[in-house]
Amino acid sequence: MVQLLQLIISGAAIGCIYALIALGFVLIYKATETVNFAQGDIMMVGGFVGLSAMTLGGLPFWAAFLVTIVVMTLFGMGAERLVLRPLLGQPAFTVIMMTIGLGYLARGVVTMIPYWGTETHTLPVPWKDEVFWIGEIGKGLVVSVEHLAIIIATVALVALLFAFFRYTRLGIAMQATSQNQLAAFYMGIPVRRVNMLIWGLSSAICGVAALLLAPITFVHANMGFVGLKAFPAAVVGGFGSIPGALVGGLIIGIVESLSGFYLPEGFKDIAAYVVVLVMLVVKPNGLFGENLTKKV
Amino acid sequence: MHFLFKTAYAQDVALFKHGGQKFWYALLAVALVAAPFLLSEYALSQFTFIGIYAIVCLGLMLLSGFTGQVSLGHAGFLAMGAYTEAWLQSMGWPFVLSLTMSALVAGITGILVGLPALRVKGIYLAIATLAFGFIIEEAVVRAEHITGGNAGRQLEKLVIAGIDFDDGINYYYLVTAIAVLCVLGVLNLLRSPTGRAFVAIRDSEVSAQSMGINLAYYKTVAFALSAALAGIAGALYAHKIRFITPDQFGFLQSIELLMMVVIGGLGSIQGAIFGPAFWFIVQQVIVIGKDWLPPALGQQTGLQPTIFGFILIAVVLFEPMGLYGRWLKFRTFLQIFPFYRKGMFKRQKSYMKSERMK
Repeated sequence: MVQLLQLIISGAAIGCIYALIALGFVLIYKATETVNFAQGDIMMVGGFVGLSAMTLGGLPFWAAFLVTIVVMTLFGMGAERLVLRPLLGQPAFTVIMMTIGLGYLARGVVTMIPYWGTETHTLPVPWKDEVFWIGEIGKGLVVSVEHLAIIIATVALVALLFAFFRYTRLGIAMQATSQNQLAAFYMGIPVRRVNMLIWGLSSAICGVAALLLAPITFVHANMGFVGLKAFPAAVVGGFGSIPGALVGGLIIGIVESLSGFYLPEGFKDIAAYVVVLVMLVVKPNGLFGENLTKKV
Repeated sequence: MHFLFKTAYAQDVALFKHGGQKFWYALLAVALVAAPFLLSEYALSQFTFIGIYAIVCLGLMLLSGFTGQVSLGHAGFLAMGAYTEAWLQSMGWPFVLSLTMSALVAGITGILVGLPALRVKGIYLAIATLAFGFIIEEAVVRAEHITGGNAGRQLEKLVIAGIDFDDGINYYYLVTAIAVLCVLGVLNLLRSPTGRAFVAIRDSEVSAQSMGINLAYYKTVAFALSAALAGIAGALYAHKIRFITPDQFGFLQSIELLMMVVIGGLGSIQGAIFGPAFWFIVQQVIVIGKDWLPPALGQQTGLQPTIFGFILIAVVLFEPMGLYGRWLKFRTFLQIFPFYRKGMFKRQKSYMKSERMK
């Protein structure tokens, strides 16, 4: 029983990372109807930005955290303005290829930057390697602070996002854009600028995910491949749904963690993909997805 | 300027539209035959790779460029072909049979992967194929008694009817012959009702369905054929490399295949050959150019992905038809000289077409 709870907690923690990256997909998908295949690689860039701020800049963790969020917001907005806005109105495949190219480019460029390079770096977070016990020490449930930090930060971030979309002018403008771009434009919402801000927001979320994930997987150029497991999370939750992304991420994380323990070796890595295939065959719209039909 | 005056319906589906095309393709054929006598062994080996990748890209082009179905897991089919070939060769099957089996096994996998395509499309399909790619890769790693797992698998020398095909020149001819056959096969397919159905599905699923095209059937066929071509290429690849490991068929390989197709030019057979040719030539240029660059830049492993990333982004932004589109513009420029205008191939601006309806 303790074993099971243990697995569920560590699965939930990784699931939260998937959820955060999936949240990034979902925001961009909802607003612009494009899928950002570079999301994982943007997260990787965020990890390196945070790392540089801490080790090269000598900043404490919290300051580095803020620096990462600011830099990643600008990065996302810049990417949108430079390469994605010219493709506005082009078929989805064109945009998908563009984001794939962006990710491919990011992986290449990061290894060429001095100090970042191809090595694996450790992010010196304050809670590194700390654990605490629930129940009796030595017998009860052991929770590493890294995992707890991820869960708490994700819950806080989602709550913050919820409040942002619900109560701020910009958040409501973003909702309007995601529901109907043309109508939003007629209502005087600067749709292009809103799209740019959404890319910024989504990249910033990835930056946060990177800093949370870094103590577990370290920072390296291929860190972004975690992003590929966020696709299943987004699909399971229903691609256009924010709570769906969270639930999907948790499901994928926990399934992965349990199958790593109870199933033969090898299943852990593909569990997420098996789940998504089953989901696509059984219920393509996901748990929280809207039923979409194309009008002719 | 050249006008094509058609006098018979047969001309609409003729393989060569006019004498000029016949002449240039004949010249190309002569050049392909003469290549081993003109090129060094290393260059010939690169040409063999171009031929192998041209076959995969042809399959991917059929699927993505002509049927409009995205596949992010094509390396999985390549792996199916490569490992089937390796296993059957060790069982003593003759090459012709084992190659056919490789194509068949990959094709059947393609049908399985295509099944979700019947229910989902667009990004969902991309994610489904991505998932399949990962599952196939993992399956290859785990099926150790057949594939050798992560340690890799060695292939025997390829000998057909007493002729040693391990030799560079012979193998080049073999690959080129198979590649040409595949190109002709796909060209013929595209002129048939099946090919026309593919293009109709790409352009609009709804109108294709209204015309009586069975979407499920044709999508499955497209996946099967595309995967079968990848399987053939995989078998040839295995013999060329002679040592295959699962990580040669990972996600990056799928991405690179897709990049080749897009750089070559989506929706054109020529693009499927231009893409890999361009890829390998640029790779060689990078290898040579490295020594000229300052070591801090030239010796970086990230140099090549960076350059290809930039090329892909530039192509998507400025030349959506890829290299083939560039060639088309150049040819038109020559044909109607001096009347070429800048806006002749201008991309139509369109409003965002939403898939979401409430």
